[in-house]
Amino acid sequence: MSNERLKSLRSKDLVGIAPLEPGEIQLILDTAEELLDIARRPIKKVPTLRGRTVVNLFMEPSTRTRFSFEVAEKRLSADTLNFSASGSSVSKGETLIDTARNLMAMAPDFIVMRHPNSGAPHRLASMVEASIINAGDGINEHPTQALLDAFTMRRHLGRLEGLAVTIAGDIRHSRVARSNAYLLGKMGATVRFAAPASLMPLHAETLGVEVHHRLESALEGADVVMMLRIQRERQGNMNFPSLREYFDFFGLTPERLELAKPEALVMHPGPINRGVEIDSAVADGSRSVILDQVTNGVAIRMAILYLLSGGHGEPTPAS
Amino acid sequence: MATKQNNSGLVQILDRAAMKRTIDRMAAEIVERDGGDVVLVGIHTRGVPLAERLARVIEASAGQKVRSGRLDITLYRDDVGPWRPAHEQPLLKETFLPDSIDGEVLYLVDDVLFTGRTVRAALDTLMDYGRPRAVRLAVLVDRGHRELPVAADVVGRKVPTSRDEDIRVRFAEIDGVDGVWIGRETADVE
Repeated sequence: MSNERLKSLRSKDLVGIAPLEPGEIQLILDTAEELLDIARRPIKKVPTLRGRTVVNLFMEPSTRTRFSFEVAEKRLSADTLNFSASGSSVSKGETLIDTARNLMAMAPDFIVMRHPNSGAPHRLASMVEASIINAGDGINEHPTQALLDAFTMRRHLGRLEGLAVTIAGDIRHSRVARSNAYLLGKMGATVRFAAPASLMPLHAETLGVEVHHRLESALEGADVVMMLRIQRERQGNMNFPSLREYFDFFGLTPERLELAKPEALVMHPGPINRGVEIDSAVADGSRSVILDQVTNGVAIRMAILYLLSGGHGEPTPAS
Repeated sequence: MATKQNNSGLVQILDRAAMKRTIDRMAAEIVERDGGDVVLVGIHTRGVPLAERLARVIEASAGQKVRSGRLDITLYRDDVGPWRPAHEQPLLKETFLPDSIDGEVLYLVDDVLFTGRTVRAALDTLMDYGRPRAVRLAVLVDRGHRELPVAADVVGRKVPTSRDEDIRVRFAEIDGVDGVWIGRETADVE
């Protein structure tokens, strides 16, 4: 990563990891490092986004991502409005574009958006002046999750370059896996996907990852083991015979974890399903950084809000 | 480096030795006023080496350890966000303060006092970390042109300037050389 140090992001939006340069990723991670401190202060708030408005537009259920964004927004003193699919005009048949036009009439500075359709934030970003931050779109990307994962790895292991990162579980339905594959690839880490064939995306190799159909081979010598939840809500027919059989072959047990490096990190974007993809002893074990991921997520989201709030396009006259 | 600055129209007003004498005198004034039991907090970027040097001088004369810290005021600036014309947000730097600043006599330390806006931001930042008994201000150069009602308690050197002149303070720790320059720079070195 010999890029000259960047001082700003190139786009007004964060729609995904795919369009980012390594220097932009590094800028976000470095900024988050300094923002972590705010959570340790007696007054956990800075005035930076005073008078700015953030709309949290969540068209899919989410607890932790929405909470994490809200905490980040509030720690930067932004005003927040929450808009969710149920109990809103969306359930009355309004289209995404019409919803967005109505929101824009209220002049928000940011729209944090989760949507079941891949590409929805990209579409909105081209239509509105506000900065769009993708909080997960369909099975496409979840950029802030990948950034907080990378931030957690860098804080614990000191680097990203050269790491072997195993991502195992329901990769086919996982935007987290895709965003992580993009990000870690750009930063010089090796990504291994491990899943039964029915949960592996077609042509996974085109993402530049190693494809494994057995967890054991993917775990060997890994620096990081990231387990993904079985997304029961996205499975039409079950893609494996039973949850118990899935755990027998793909669950992360203390014995299987022995295959990874002794200091390997155990990560999970949550919510975890104990006894399905991960054994409780591992989830609560000494190598688990699952709760650090939650803390780090707030700092990453603050960093993105901060960096995107600089103003874009034509310079506005200083008053 | 010094040659380059001479070429660009800057005149040196403090050399290394004069800068050292000035810092020594500032340290003496702090001790005279509050004794050695003070916390010195440097404002990024060049307040940081100044605070560290003041702390060392006070330690040598008062014979006790002086606590120092570093303050990043970026998130409290009044030109970040909608008022800021540029595309770029300033890079964040580390804030490091002693465990508690409650009840302490705390000196904010900066290289140059100009509009006073940095000091306003620094005061707001500090108040979110604790409640010092007193906050004072020590600067190496006071160049005038205040835009807020701010005054320094300890001033190394008062330098009358016109608004469009630059004051460049250099510290060996950051810039490889000690000294203060005044003038108009043709090309922006920062």
